Amino acid sequence: MDKQGNLYTFLYASIMVIIVAAVLAFVSESLKPIQNKNVEVAKKIDILKSVGIASDAKNAEDLYEKHIGANTKVINMNGEEVKGSAFDVDMAKELRKDADARNYPLYVCKLDNGQEKIIIPLRGVGLWGPIWGYISLNEDKTTVFGATFDHKGETPGLGAEISKEFFQTPFKGKTIFDESGAFTSIKVLKGGSAGNAHAVDAISGGTITSNGVTDMLEECLKGYEKYLKN
Amino acid sequence: MSDKEPLFSAKNRKLITNPIGAQNPITIQVLGICSALAVTAKLEPAIVMSISVMFVLVFANLFISLLRNTIPARIRIIVQLVVVAALVILVDQILKAFAYEVSKQLSVFVGLIITNCIIMGRLEAFALGNKPWQSVLDGVGNAAGYGVILVIVAFFRELLGAGTLTLPAVGTLTIIPQAFYDLGYVNNGLMILPPMALVTVGVIIWVQRSRNKDLIES
Repeated sequence: MDKQGNLYTFLYASIMVIIVAAVLAFVSESLKPIQNKNVEVAKKIDILKSVGIASDAKNAEDLYEKHIGANTKVINMNGEEVKGSAFDVDMAKELRKDADARNYPLYVCKLDNGQEKIIIPLRGVGLWGPIWGYISLNEDKTTVFGATFDHKGETPGLGAEISKEFFQTPFKGKTIFDESGAFTSIKVLKGGSAGNAHAVDAISGGTITSNGVTDMLEECLKGYEKYLKN
Repeated sequence: MSDKEPLFSAKNRKLITNPIGAQNPITIQVLGICSALAVTAKLEPAIVMSISVMFVLVFANLFISLLRNTIPARIRIIVQLVVVAALVILVDQILKAFAYEVSKQLSVFVGLIITNCIIMGRLEAFALGNKPWQSVLDGVGNAAGYGVILVIVAFFRELLGAGTLTLPAVGTLTIIPQAFYDLGYVNNGLMILPPMALVTVGVIIWVQRSRNKDLIES
């Protein structure tokens, strides 16, 4: 057959593409269970981090089982428990629904000293892409015990700093309700938050990401307002 | 395939040693710079990236060389791209399954191996016109030349920028002792940022050229 002819070229391209597609589909399908497992473990590491439990890929499963296990809930905006598995709720999908149609997952974590913390997942948008995190509350349901944030691709050195300790630590001890019980969320403020119980310092040069964190906290936490007040 | 000459004849050995030294893809041909800047803030991703590029380049060279007499000239670039893209997806999938943390760090740069000029360059310049064994050696050589530079750059950036060295399977080693910090030593945060990778590559080029005068253009 003429190797420079149209027929040969078409046949060559078609056969090659079919073979490549088959190989890739096979590999992708056979590796999928292991990959999903990795994503799950990464999520458990994040959840545990929000209550200050450090874990790695090896012990995350055991620690999660020990401290949280089946102690999870899915609630609706009225604070009533609804059916479903908290761990499998995809916050990205929930946030696209109307606030009162969303499922709100939460985790209850029992620490070694017997204290119980409520862990709430967060999700929002930064400057370049999604940002997410977990915030844990004390038993009084208003004081923050810990928070952890991560991002897909915020600017290194600026917005990306939200995943660093120095940004996350100040959240400890802040409250999401004021004395009268009104929902205030926690704001990430430019120009200092000294003395403000509902705000932390923003990151210079990372304004849009900082605002993203504020919006994320407001948007995600307000769905839990009724539940937390009960 | 090598009836007349031994597998590692002097000529074949040159295929490996040349790209590591006098024909280095990064420092001499200045190819593959973008990924060299992006993944060298720590040693571990640099090593994993080098291994991934070696895997892709060796097999792409091998497949293209095996197919070289059947590929229709008009779609040869497309054929090369399909082979490279398939191999890159394989690497990406394998990393996601078995080295999840590293794959998160490398993120988009694994996918961008497809656009690494070294790979297309070697396929076009070498594999299309040479036998499979030589092509494999050429792939090993060029990927090694790329990897050596990546590892050197990452070594200095992590050491000076963070005071640590992160090795695969070993973990993060603290190299600068605490006593240094107590005496007032500070990590150079600038080393972590991409511009310093460019400066480091520049310094390597400078050192290489001052040692090998043949490389200096008249």
